[in-house]
Amino acid sequence: MKRNMICIGCPMGCELTVEVENGQAVSVSGNNCAVGKRYAETEVSAPTRMVTSTAIAENGVPVPVKTKSPVPKDKIFDVVAAIKAAKVSLPVSIGDVVIENAAETGVSIVATKRVF
Amino acid sequence: MDKHSLVIIGGGPAGMAAAVEARKNGIDDIVIYERDDRLGGILNQCIHNGFGLHTFKEELTGPEYAGRFIEQTEQLGIHFETGSMVLSVSRDKEITVVSRDKGLKTVKADAVILAMGCRERPHGALNIPGMRPQGIYTAGTAQKMVNCEGWVPGKEVVILGSGDIGLIMARRMTLEGAHVKLVAELMPYSGGLKRNIVQCLDDYGIPLKLSHTVTDIKGKRKLEGVTIAEVDKTGAPIPGTEEYYPCDTLLLSCGLIPENELSLGAGVSINGATNGPIVDDRLETDVDGVFACGNVLHVHDLVDFVSEESGRAGRNAAEYIKNGGKKENAPQKISVSPGDGVRYTVPSTIDTANVSENVHLRFRVRDVYKGCSIVVSSGERELLRKKKKIMVPSEMEDVILKKDILSDAQDITVTITGGGV
Amino acid sequence: MDNRIYDAAVIGGGVIGCAAARELSRYKLDVVVLERESDVCEGTSKANSAIIHAGFDAMPGTLKARFNVEGNKMMDSVSKELDIPFTRNGAMVVCWKESELETLEKLYERGLQNGVEGLRILKGDEARELEPSLSPQVYAALYAPTSGIVCPFEMTIAFAENACANGAQFELMTEVTAIKREDDIFVISTTKGEFRARVVLNCAGVYADAVHNMVETPDFSITARKGEYMLLDKSAGSTVSATIFQVPSEMGKGVLVSPTVHGNLIVGPTAKDIGDKEDISTTRAGLDAVKSVSARSVSGVPYNKVITSFSGLRATGSTGDFIIRDCGCFIDAAGIESPGLSSAPAIAVYLTQLVCERLHPEKKQDFDPIRKGIPKLAQLGYDERERLIKERPDYGQIVCRCEQISEGEILDSIRRPLGATTLDGVKRRVRAGMGRCQAGFCSPRVIELLAQELDIPLWEVKKNG
Repeated sequence: MKRNMICIGCPMGCELTVEVENGQAVSVSGNNCAVGKRYAETEVSAPTRMVTSTAIAENGVPVPVKTKSPVPKDKIFDVVAAIKAAKVSLPVSIGDVVIENAAETGVSIVATKRVF
Repeated sequence: MDKHSLVIIGGGPAGMAAAVEARKNGIDDIVIYERDDRLGGILNQCIHNGFGLHTFKEELTGPEYAGRFIEQTEQLGIHFETGSMVLSVSRDKEITVVSRDKGLKTVKADAVILAMGCRERPHGALNIPGMRPQGIYTAGTAQKMVNCEGWVPGKEVVILGSGDIGLIMARRMTLEGAHVKLVAELMPYSGGLKRNIVQCLDDYGIPLKLSHTVTDIKGKRKLEGVTIAEVDKTGAPIPGTEEYYPCDTLLLSCGLIPENELSLGAGVSINGATNGPIVDDRLETDVDGVFACGNVLHVHDLVDFVSEESGRAGRNAAEYIKNGGKKENAPQKISVSPGDGVRYTVPSTIDTANVSENVHLRFRVRDVYKGCSIVVSSGERELLRKKKKIMVPSEMEDVILKKDILSDAQDITVTITGGGV
Repeated sequence: MDNRIYDAAVIGGGVIGCAAARELSRYKLDVVVLERESDVCEGTSKANSAIIHAGFDAMPGTLKARFNVEGNKMMDSVSKELDIPFTRNGAMVVCWKESELETLEKLYERGLQNGVEGLRILKGDEARELEPSLSPQVYAALYAPTSGIVCPFEMTIAFAENACANGAQFELMTEVTAIKREDDIFVISTTKGEFRARVVLNCAGVYADAVHNMVETPDFSITARKGEYMLLDKSAGSTVSATIFQVPSEMGKGVLVSPTVHGNLIVGPTAKDIGDKEDISTTRAGLDAVKSVSARSVSGVPYNKVITSFSGLRATGSTGDFIIRDCGCFIDAAGIESPGLSSAPAIAVYLTQLVCERLHPEKKQDFDPIRKGIPKLAQLGYDERERLIKERPDYGQIVCRCEQISEGEILDSIRRPLGATTLDGVKRRVRAGMGRCQAGFCSPRVIELLAQELDIPLWEVKKNG
């Protein structure tokens, strides 16, 4: 089965064609780099996304955060719920872990801005 | 009156990148004026990822990208003043700035870099008929409310315009629990990056309706709903295609306008196509010693391009200051003009007698072009030809003209040839 | 319920009601203003051409003619006392054909009879010399140097603030639902309970007929006549320097092109009678008409510089003239359409006379006619600004970058008596959000300031109402 998709690996937005067999990519074309190939392979088997959001600090101020690495696409809303449930203690620096193993994904949530 | 070698107006990505490069090129006395209470500009509210692949070879969020430059700015000991709003710049480079702590003061600079960024096209400028209730925001304003103030302005959302901020906010509002009903785009193509359509709309099942616009707004105090209709090739709504969408929020992502009121005050000439200053290959405006970079010059899609461009502005300003404003050779300016299929070019001129480094030629195409070539020609001579699978108006093109081929070049034209629309 | 018996209850906090309250506050009278919205200046007064007309338009002998000319003459002192911007920029009524010259001459004659000073008829070229942007098709113009421009928000709010400072009471979010005469007293039912008053002034704008009919025999009606406008960026503000009207012709009443007192350009209005007195929507047809009709008098209006469009409702009375009369302690000020803004100061004086004839009050010794506006930093010289910022550092923190409005000015607009409680309230008092970005950048901060000052959560801050 052929699947067409647009790579989200960078802003170029390469149009990829993926040959899929049994839920696995057997060939990828249209990509201009290795990122595109990797994206197509995960996208057809187990798609993942980075999640960015804001957690709330003790004093009510929003703290921008992100998943340290991509999480399974079907876990996005669980991850967001975990972020919303957290209370961040200040100060935080860029890269500080705010939540460990968010929504059982094994991925931690880190702050992306210095807030004090 | 205080004097500085270099005054940079704006402490966003453009201003910081310019400052960093100017410092690295030997300018000690730099001051950045930033109107917000911290450096970083609009990146502070762009908490999504996708920044920095060119500059740092990794994918960062907006605040992280800003953080890298803030760190460099601080490490290099570059002086910056936040909460400081520049009120005017004069042709002889006197800058009046106001702040809470320092009051009103005027300083004189050897060189000025304009890095004020851009603003969003507001509701009023779109001439959408109907009422003017609460619940209509530009996408960037809503982004600031959600990401910096921590509150979501509505639950049932319609977005007009498919600019990147609109697409990003479609996802952001969805993740915050809002129901984004659709994104309507007046043009037959999206105004944002392709990957944002995938990861912000498709991922969440949000429909994108191309060639559609808002034709009526309902609700006296609070927004109750909008009417969306299909438009014809001239952009006029087609009767009979109207559909009513109840909603409490309408976000507008209908274009960005470089903020050049200060530039105009300084006597800088503006390019009608970019709404930014007319600059040469050194990013110097037609006012001596006044440079421009980033979104105040022309609206960019990628902050990485902004940083690169602004770095060049910083280096050129440094050279200008060190040479006391004198050029090495007598200037020989040639023009760079948009030809078929090209809406504008930056720069507008090249001083072939004094080219300092390879020239980045940046431009936007007028329409969607598939399998076409970019041709840069100088009279009969072809300086460069580059084949492109696809070019769209929403994505800025960037070609590099090697320094050595420019030495004897005449007026340059950039055109799109071959292939189909 | 309020058991007090007021001497005068003014229904409606528009420019007429607020001006009347201020005039009444010169006397020892208990005055209350009942306004259905959360702020004054929320109806017709907030959306109009912002012109102080010279007074040549109305038929001699009418109330419109009398109060327009009187009101115009009062504006110099009123604007000084209330510290509001007012400029006599002059006006021209242009025509395109020799046959239309007759109409200009008629207006000229009317003007003379009404007591308008300085009127002249100019040939097309003479007019273009004064106003180079006039269309080459313009054949002649009636020139009226006493015509002026004003900020209708500031004018209305200043009347209200000065009335308030002199003891008048303002009840906002108070909509009148019924009025009963009980012996010599009016009992006014509102959404905030009952108010009692000896005299009632009906300044209810498009609803003046409904308010009249609550207690008096119906003998007039008010139609809402919608006018759509476009407002252009300040960089287009010098397209014309005088207000340019069009002579009424077979093409209709025409639209005006005028600078505003803040330096923008305003174009409009259309004129359409509508059934719904709440319908302040703009329409595609209306905005298109504004563009095409304006081009007949002024060339090259840069419509790519529109920053907002809006529409307002004129309260058009069925008699053709203002309806201002005492029906037995119930005093109508109805049908106050154009030239209502221009007439407001004079109408207020007349209404007060009518009240005095009923109640014979004494003058207050301590009435203070002076109202000091919020400092407009962007308009001050650098030295003056520096001095103010030293005193009040928040005047140095710019919040609205387009109009260069400081945090201090915004806080002042909220903290004053009758202060702003909404984004629109702030905008109408100090222009934060009135510029080219239309509050895109400043509204999050203004919302924060409102929330902080009113002690409410951010999401409860309203745009209007």
